[in-house]
Order: sequence, then structure tokens, then C-alpha cells
Amino acid sequence: MINNSYLNSFRGPWTLLKKELLRFWRVAFQTVAAPVITALLYLLIFSHALESHVHVYDGVPYTSFLVPGLIMMSVLQNAFANSSSSLIQSKVMGNLVFVLLTPLTHFQFFIAFLFAAIIRGLVVGLGIYLVAMWFVDIHVTNFWMVFAFALLGSALLGTFGIIAGIWADRFDQMAAFQNFIIMPLSFLSGVFYSIHSLPPFWQKLSQLNPFFYMIDGFRYGFFGKGDVSPLMSLSIVGASFLVLAMITLKMLKSGYKLRA
Amino acid sequence: MKPAIQINGIHKNFGGLQALKGIDLTIAQGEFFALLGPNGAGKSTLISILAGLIKPSAGNISVMGFDVVNQYQQARQLLGVVPQELVFDPFFNVREMLRFQAGYFGRGPENDAWVDEILEGLGLADKAHVNMRKLSGGMKRRALIAQALAHKPPVIVLDEPTAGVDVELRQLMWEFIKKLNNQGHTIILTTHYLEEAETLCSRVGMMKQGEIVALDSTANLLNKFAGKQLRLTLGNVNLPANIQVLLRNQENGIYTFALNDMTQIELVLSSLRAAEIRVMDMQLSEADLEDVFMSLVGMSSVSKS
Repeated sequence: MINNSYLNSFRGPWTLLKKELLRFWRVAFQTVAAPVITALLYLLIFSHALESHVHVYDGVPYTSFLVPGLIMMSVLQNAFANSSSSLIQSKVMGNLVFVLLTPLTHFQFFIAFLFAAIIRGLVVGLGIYLVAMWFVDIHVTNFWMVFAFALLGSALLGTFGIIAGIWADRFDQMAAFQNFIIMPLSFLSGVFYSIHSLPPFWQKLSQLNPFFYMIDGFRYGFFGKGDVSPLMSLSIVGASFLVLAMITLKMLKSGYKLRA
Repeated sequence: MKPAIQINGIHKNFGGLQALKGIDLTIAQGEFFALLGPNGAGKSTLISILAGLIKPSAGNISVMGFDVVNQYQQARQLLGVVPQELVFDPFFNVREMLRFQAGYFGRGPENDAWVDEILEGLGLADKAHVNMRKLSGGMKRRALIAQALAHKPPVIVLDEPTAGVDVELRQLMWEFIKKLNNQGHTIILTTHYLEEAETLCSRVGMMKQGEIVALDSTANLLNKFAGKQLRLTLGNVNLPANIQVLLRNQENGIYTFALNDMTQIELVLSSLRAAEIRVMDMQLSEADLEDVFMSLVGMSSVSKS
């Protein structure tokens, strides 16, 4: 049974990934449809209220400007929600033990939860885009830029979700993560405005927010314009992902909060 | 042949509490072994260390020669553990859970026939497509056992598998587990139901306060610690001195003697006859593990206090 180890070492993490994907897909109404509706409501309300009041980039209407920001915000929030809620649920229900008893390595565990989070983020993002493109004038000018930011952004937040899921022992601790870290960082990242419209102090402060670079770089892929250089954003997002991934792998390897 | 389980000097401290104080234990392949002990004795802690859910403070455990810490992948591949808590994943049905569980161990569609065999053997076949959430407590317990068996492990650990399970299911479950044992699987069982350990297991380890206080074949333990018991209803009498050494207990005119062999019956009865004491009632009973358990746990708590 230890022969065929190449196939086996692939099948283990693939099974965990498949289970994680099915887990959110079974409740897609809540995990995909709901965030798409929420984003579209934001789009409807903000574009209606602010279209004629807010000037962003020359030649880019506010509603079009808003769409990539909302897509990316949803991608990030859902990638985080996927890994964090799966882990905290499994911990509270006690069924994480089924995974902990297996020969899966900490790296395989990480990869499975990471890719499930990325895929959930991308599915939600794609859903918003497919609906929004019918009534907002929006085109992708640089597909690879859009893809790279969506991928790295969801990877970063998926990883952060794993950290939160491992750390939190109760649902209210997880809610604190969502409400006091994820929500403020995503709302204050330039989803609804260009940071050039902010006073200098707030501009500087925004530049400390990693969400800002993910939104700005993603938006660059649509309009070819951004508040900062997309390559700089990509480097910052990529480096942040690597740092968080290292921390997560270290936590998983040590068994922090998972193996007493 | 490497032992199924080799435990060397396992210590586990939780803060100031010494949960395990140096456990040494070897379980051979093919054994049906029972680990008994009162709550808090450290049975589940020991099993969690074996399963890799808890890290030992000192010592090591290997499963068929593979260290559970340094060679955890090989060790876990060989090990199936039924957890004590009735946990389940509410998103999936029974068959899906079993396929996932086998998949984590690298097993794919070629394992489906075995999954069917488990479902059949545990009486779960007609529940295969029912969501885990909708199963009754007894059915959830069966599913939990099935999950531990999904990758066909040669060493199977059942931690209190029959807690809260009705008699019918217990019978069914033990039939299936016995069949696995006959096919060569090593079974390690912790239980509170001593009669289960007595009928099923060839060898027994008894734990108390983080230590193993007895380790022997079930038959030897029964002989060594209890033998047979003779209960005589005599009324209020003065027992002849020569049989007082055999007296274990005296209550309301009922005298219980512990006998090492059957010839002592004749000794007791003839002494009573000589002293003109009339026997009003007589019962002869085999000792059971409960007696061994009580005498051991009782004895060691006396010797410690």
C-alpha cells in the first residue's frame, strides 16, 4: 500500500480539495449567490447616488470604476470566508479529526485549503463580472493582470483565513476577525474611491493597507490606469502572500492549536 | 514480525498534571487487546498520542515499526482510529464520507468494493445515501467506525466504541470487528463494558492514574486475581479457623469465599460439616474482569494513600 506513493501523495490532497469545494458548492446559494447579490446591490446604490458627484479617472465613468473594486473586494472576502469558516466549523464540530488522523502532510493540508479558497473567490468574482457586464460598460484590457491579482489576492486572503481558522476557538472570535480586520481593510482600500481624492495623510495611510494594492492592481487590468504602479502592487501582494504562507506552514507544521 | 504497536516510556504532562507516567506496552500483530481503566486513567491520552493528535512529552510509539512522530505518514497509513466523541461532517452522506476518508489515505475507486463491504458489515448499506446529519445516534456511531476502517488499516483502535450504543448494535459491531480480527487485523479497544473485554479480548491492560497496573492475558488475569467465588448462606455462625483465610466477604449471614481451585470446595464444606454448621444456600460463580478491575483499582488506591 505504500507503493504507488506518487499517485497516493497526489490523491490525498486532491481529495481534501474536492471535499472543500463540494462543501461550499453544496450551499452555493449562501456562498456564491449571496455575495454576488450583495455586490450588485452596492453597485446599484453607490452608482445611483454618486455617479454624477465623484470624479475618478478621466474618461472612466464612476459606475465602471466601481465594478472591478467590488469584484475584487468580494473575491478577497469570500476567499477569507471559505478557509476560515471551514476550519472553525470543523474545529467546533470536532470533525477536523478525520483530516488530522490521515497521513496528509502540513503542506498538503495547506495547499488543499488554499486552492479551495482561491476557487471560491474566483467563482464569486466571475459571477459578479458576468452579471455586471450586462448593464455596465466594462472591458478587460489586460487579462493577465486581472488574473494575477485575482489569484494572488484570493491566495493571500485564503491563507489569512487559514491562520484565523486555526487561531480562533469560537465563532465570535472569528466574527471579530471579519468585522475588525477584513471589513475595515476592504472598505478603506479604495473600492469606492480613488485614493488621489483623499487628503495627503489618508493617502499615506491607505498605502499601508495591503488591500489597496490588490484593488488598485486588479482595477489596472480593466482601465490601464491605477493610483500606483501595478508591478509594485503585484510585488507587494506577492511578498505578503509568501510571508503569510510561511507563517501558516509553520503553524501547521508545529500543530499549533490543532495537535495538543 | 514487527509488533503492531510498540510503546516505550511514554510520558505526557498537561501543565502540572502528569497524565501519563511512563507507559511501556507491546501489542503483537493479530491481537485483540483491551485497554481498561476508570475515567481519567489516561487511556484516551495514550490513544491520541498513538494517533498523532497529541504530542508526547517523552517516549515514543511505533506502529508496525514506524514511529508515530518521525514517520507519521507510514504510521497513520497503517492505523485506523475510531474517536470517542460522536463527530460527523454535516455536509455529506455516508458513502461520500467513506470515499473522502479513503481518498485522504491515497485510495481511489479501487477501494469502493471495500467501502461496500464495510457498509454491509456495519448495517449501513441502506443509509449510504443519507446525510450524516440525519442519522440517529447509533447510526452515526456506526458511520464513525466505518470511517476509521475506510482505508483498510491493519491496526484498528476503537476508543469507547460502544458508549451509548444499544445491545443489538453492539452485537452486530462485535461480529464485524471479530471477523476483521480473524482476517489478521490487530484490534485495540478501550471500553467501560468489562464483559466486552472479557469475551472479546485475548489480552488486557489496566490503567490507573497514568500507569499500567496490570498487563496479562485475560485468562491469567482472571485466574490470578479472582479464581472462583463460593457464596454460602450460613446465618450467624462462628467459622472454623482453617477456612477463615479463604473468606473474602461476610454480609447478613452470607459468606463469600475466594477459591483458587475446585478442591477447596470440599475443604470448606467438610470443615463446616465438622463444625456442625448447616449450609442453607450455595452459589458458585466464575470471577469476571470486573472483580479483577475492582480489586486492582481498589488495591492500588489503598497502597497509594
